[in-house]
Amino acid sequence: MSDPLLADAAPAETKIGAGCSSAAGRLCQERGQRQVFCGLTSIVWLHRKMHDAFFLVVGSRTCAHLLQAAAGVMIFAEPRFATAVLGERDLAGLADCNDELDRIVHELLARRPEIRTLFLVGSCPSEVIKLDLETAAERLSAAHQERVQVLSYSGSGLETAFTQGEDQCLLSLVEQLPQADANSDPEAAAGGLIVLGTLADIVEDQFRRLFDALGIAPVHFLPPRSGEQLPPVGPQTRVLMAQPFVGEATRALIRRGAQHLEAPYPVGIEGTLGWLQAAASAFGVAPERLAEVTAAPIARARSALARQREVLEGKRITFLPDSQLELPLARFLAQECGMQPVEVATPYFDRQLHGHEAEALGEQVRLIEGQDLEPQLARLRNDRPDLTVCGLGLANPLEAEGLRTKWSIELVFSPIQGFDQAADLAELFARPLVRHERLQV
Amino acid sequence: MQLTLWTYEGPPHVGALRIAASMKGVHYVLHAPQGDTYADLLFTMIERRPARPPVTYTTFHARHLGGDTAELVRETVRQVYERYQPQLLMVGDSCTAELLQDQPGTLAQGWAEQAGVEIPVIALETAAFSRKEGFGASEAFYQLVRGVLSDKGDAGAEGEQSDAAQGAAASATAAGRAPRANLLGPSALGFRCRDDVQEISALLNRLGVEVNVVAPLGASPDDLRRIPQADFNICLYPEVARTTCEWLRRTYRQPMVETVPLGLAATRDFIREVGEVAGLEVGSLLADADARMAPWADARMAWYSRSVDSNYLTGKRVFIFADATHAVAAARIAHDELGFEVVGLGTYSREFAREVRAAAKRYGVTPLITDDYLEVERHVAEAAPELVLGTQMERHIAKRLGLPCAVISAPAHVQDFPARYAPNMGFEGANVIFDTWVHPLMMGLEEHLLGMFREDPEFSVEAPSHTPAAAVAAEAAVAEASEPAAAAGALSVEEVRWTPEAESELRKIPFFVRGKARRNTEHFAAERGVATITVETIYDAKAHFSR
Repeated sequence: MSDPLLADAAPAETKIGAGCSSAAGRLCQERGQRQVFCGLTSIVWLHRKMHDAFFLVVGSRTCAHLLQAAAGVMIFAEPRFATAVLGERDLAGLADCNDELDRIVHELLARRPEIRTLFLVGSCPSEVIKLDLETAAERLSAAHQERVQVLSYSGSGLETAFTQGEDQCLLSLVEQLPQADANSDPEAAAGGLIVLGTLADIVEDQFRRLFDALGIAPVHFLPPRSGEQLPPVGPQTRVLMAQPFVGEATRALIRRGAQHLEAPYPVGIEGTLGWLQAAASAFGVAPERLAEVTAAPIARARSALARQREVLEGKRITFLPDSQLELPLARFLAQECGMQPVEVATPYFDRQLHGHEAEALGEQVRLIEGQDLEPQLARLRNDRPDLTVCGLGLANPLEAEGLRTKWSIELVFSPIQGFDQAADLAELFARPLVRHERLQV
Repeated sequence: MQLTLWTYEGPPHVGALRIAASMKGVHYVLHAPQGDTYADLLFTMIERRPARPPVTYTTFHARHLGGDTAELVRETVRQVYERYQPQLLMVGDSCTAELLQDQPGTLAQGWAEQAGVEIPVIALETAAFSRKEGFGASEAFYQLVRGVLSDKGDAGAEGEQSDAAQGAAASATAAGRAPRANLLGPSALGFRCRDDVQEISALLNRLGVEVNVVAPLGASPDDLRRIPQADFNICLYPEVARTTCEWLRRTYRQPMVETVPLGLAATRDFIREVGEVAGLEVGSLLADADARMAPWADARMAWYSRSVDSNYLTGKRVFIFADATHAVAAARIAHDELGFEVVGLGTYSREFAREVRAAAKRYGVTPLITDDYLEVERHVAEAAPELVLGTQMERHIAKRLGLPCAVISAPAHVQDFPARYAPNMGFEGANVIFDTWVHPLMMGLEEHLLGMFREDPEFSVEAPSHTPAAAVAAEAAVAEASEPAAAAGALSVEEVRWTPEAESELRKIPFFVRGKARRNTEHFAAERGVATITVETIYDAKAHFSR
């Protein structure tokens, strides 16, 4: 329990002075109306990553409607998510919610025999009526033993914002990881690396090749593509966060003895190099070897990035809060693309997890944790940056006001990590600017 | 609890939000947890609106629950009033807030009274755990119209009430002016409302009827106050406006035109009904309308449908599931105007089940009244149609079953809010419907050639070559062929087996009638105690069922 992450796991607000001013370099907290997704939205990408998992939300028609609005443009033959919609009978206690849930899970598993992991996902309504999904998951796991493991986590708006849903999902998975037994298993004694946070399959494969070349093994990615590939965890296990929003799951791994490797997040060339460096030094890889392995991809990435830099250099950018990716992205755009961040807002700031990214951004940037939507929009209209990163509820209205926007959800849905994606990532920001220049209508 | 893969309607507060977003000068304060702002995307993305919808959410989260969520409501209402200066406030809760029982409507009304704010504050009760989006929209529109018209500041209504009471025709003639009608029901996120309003307004204009107020789409609270000045109401979308139109009929004795002008025959009925209610001579326009359906006219649907190219459409089996208004209209168009056979008809709008039951009786099918997507899927699989006319949800079903599909009603996705003029109502609407519904079907020549030659490496028997869905349908059909029992549903006959030769023969039958052929053959075999289906059995069954 000596890890600083555990010692300092209190909410950020206790660590950072309140009182908001536009003074540069200070992190301000804002509270008020928020324009963010709830954690249920993470199901939209998690279900694509984990091929044999099903996500059953226990909630209201609103929850079902949200998932549909977020994913419904894809036409599914068989979606791997659904909602158990609470009705009046459930609320009035006329129906036992646990019996109802058992019936629905049974119905669902009969329809989908290929499902191996079932997530019961809590929502605002299920949490307000205090439906105990954790106990339900244990009961259902026992009932469907051998065939399906049933887990639970919260994706409610009360508890989670957008990507925090993935953190909660991973947290439930971490609790299922087998204990590495150093006495019987030589691999466990040697210790392995867990890369935590959803990555696109192609990015995962690139990282796997790099780790292989560095001689780091075994490497496990969480979440896995299949529920049967859960890695063991023990005191020799090292954890590398691939995403800035998986803090709770990281802490759970630390509690199970794993060692957290402090590193920048692997966006951009510098971020990816720093990230690999953290792993390399933990596994005793010589710096020369790292330089050798990364030389070619870095050279390739530099020349590809240079073209995007021409578009982005000197442009001012503001991030509205959405995914917690804001700080690493702003760092990449400032350091490697020559952009000038004006305001960078994040839904949640943790000094331990994000502090180094904030420092790398420099003193001139306005840092905001949380949101009070209307005053934030007023500042935005006043700043008039060249590009605003925001959600889809705001993007078109801001475009209509003559501001250029980059809709933020795409950054979670696209392969953006690693050397070979650095130019692609920059292109995501350059594209709206190029488009604006190109259109003659 | 109900297992829900897809939901036809959102929660009722989304219906209320559609009313608020339709109008001008209205703001909606919604007591809702963090995350419920996703609903904004429906308007900014699906409808591609260039402005944020006029809604402010309290966005409470875990931290607020220990504290005073009621105070959060009051504070939000105050800020909204100061920032937006609306002419009218709607206040309500989402499902989670309903569980907290803060009574935001009452809180807001109390605040307005205390602060001396003299705008209508409409408190909405939306019953999120028992009602849905359609009810929410209908109820919000009704409460708004009622609230505005019974507002004490409104003096104009009384005089107009007696005016209307004399009868539409009489009052217009007496005043020496054209009869005036309100177009009620078009709303944000409604299916093709934008262009339907334009098409029907132009039609009314030709009839000599003046459009008084279009609401809720584009109306302000002041516009709502002018509703009683019309001679009659046109209930264009009953799901949204019927409750309101009935109340206006009771309160202001305004007659209501009930025919929805979807399809050619319905458009002519609509013209007739408007003529009767407005006391106008419409015979010449009807004759004109008939002439316009001549081959050279611009209302082309009748001629297109009569042209020999459409012969192959005769008896195509079609399954219809939509909101009640569009479902009933689609069945009439399919049966009377395109010559299809209606093999299934249903709706998710429970409030309008009666109308759908009556229509189903006319076509001799069992009505399907449900909001359970899985039940619809079962019925489609069972009916094995050649075309599915439905909502965005039926596109999922049609994909799974490898069937052609066209969208005829909300819920719809972004591609059904097109840039081009695409009404469904009136004469141009019929043109649009003809193109949209026929497009997914295999073209006649291709259908014939595929019936004759099956081994062509380029043209697949599974899907028309003129649609991009060809590859997908091919995949689905392969999946279907590999697990025959899965698609057979309740009709699957356990004892009956197919020989490999019979299976391969079945695959030679065009894909859009193959499902039906499979079921017919299995039934035929089961009834006769034939345990093994051979090639012969297929043709015996075909002869038995031939129509």
